[in-house]
Amino acid sequence: MIPPEFDYHAPTTLSDAIALLDQLGDDAKILAGGHSLLPMMKLRFAEPAHLVDLNLIPQLRGIREEDGLIKIGAMTVENDILDSALLKEKASLLPKAVKWIADPQVRNRGTIGGDIAHGDPANDHPAIAMALDATFVLHGPGGERKVKAVDFFHGTYMTDMAANEIMTEIQFAPLAGNTGCAYVKLKRKTGDWATAAAAVVLQMANGKVSMVRIGLTNVADTAIRATKAEELLLGKELNEETLREVVSAVAEACNPAEDLRGDIEYKTAMAGEMTKRALLDAASQIS
Amino acid sequence: MSKKLVSMTINGKKVEEAVEPRTLLIHFLRENLNLTGAHIGCETSHCGACTVDIDGKSVKSCTHLAVQCEGADILTVEGLAKNGVLSAVQEGFHMEHGLQCGFCTPGMLVRSYRLLQENPNPTEAEIRAGISGNLCRCTGYQNIVKAVQYAAKKLQETAQA
Repeated sequence: MIPPEFDYHAPTTLSDAIALLDQLGDDAKILAGGHSLLPMMKLRFAEPAHLVDLNLIPQLRGIREEDGLIKIGAMTVENDILDSALLKEKASLLPKAVKWIADPQVRNRGTIGGDIAHGDPANDHPAIAMALDATFVLHGPGGERKVKAVDFFHGTYMTDMAANEIMTEIQFAPLAGNTGCAYVKLKRKTGDWATAAAAVVLQMANGKVSMVRIGLTNVADTAIRATKAEELLLGKELNEETLREVVSAVAEACNPAEDLRGDIEYKTAMAGEMTKRALLDAASQIS
Repeated sequence: MSKKLVSMTINGKKVEEAVEPRTLLIHFLRENLNLTGAHIGCETSHCGACTVDIDGKSVKSCTHLAVQCEGADILTVEGLAKNGVLSAVQEGFHMEHGLQCGFCTPGMLVRSYRLLQENPNPTEAEIRAGISGNLCRCTGYQNIVKAVQYAAKKLQETAQA
């Protein structure tokens, strides 16, 4: 399968890339790692007349801590997240989760920003970003703006990002000491999307939940934050009763699409189960 | 659409050609350069039969544009043997019967080669995770894992000698 014809552009600066996108308008698509876009182009689900490749803009890559925030360049590839000593120490949710994304070859090309900006509810980073309470930095002709992860996704393949904007960075506060975190993903095989997956960041005080954020993958038309479940957990112990309540609150938040991975009932049940497992895993890390 | 001139190094040799932007690296290798070692399997970046090394990283060449390879250093399965002598991974697949139909083998070899560069002494679990992006429908992977273990041992012995 060969993609339809297009013109290829490889700008070397962010301002050149934005100017190109602004000029080309809806006819252009951004090429990041290409592991979602190129398969879609082969199938003619996407037929952009122009591709703007961001791979030659070095400032879009890298992981650093600055002004009390972890900042990840949008074009940072998954394997660099997996191997990052800084993230292992201060935001271990990301390396833990990335292990479950695709396979070694795909992780050499696939980028965190591409995974998010694609707007696919089956991608893993949106729910992880929600659990990290992350902010996305977007650059356009008018300059920079920031959007919270929870506000970024409008629907399947629809996001807050305009055609002439580029996601440049993912920012979030490092996880405090004694914070538990887990990403539990049910998938049929390596490289498959999640049947359901849950990202959890958890803090406990005196045996009770003092802070929790839960992001869910592939159980609605966007990644979602399970806010009802989070609210009912606050101040409670993680026992059988509260976990049962969590599972039903998660079920209420879910609205999955039926496909070969399962029907609605199964996926909803799995979203609850993955959340339960992620909570217990996160809690087990807290002393 | 106008063609673009790209130059890259493939298995140590400089290559310069004009390609359509939509030309995938796998087609460029197979059709323009007659390097038919890397195979076209699933074409959706799942099976890994098209795996090559780009600048020291394993990549699925069915999901990579040839124009993106400007200045890149590429290694395909054809570049593994040196002066008619099989590389350690190739010898391992031979000795441990790491293939049956052979369709996945070029990708398995190039990926295993890179895996052993990244981790010269992998555990069995690390080998299985390391080749998880390469599908084999014949062997059940058992002998492939043994072949990689054979190659790891051989490379370590050679390094010590």
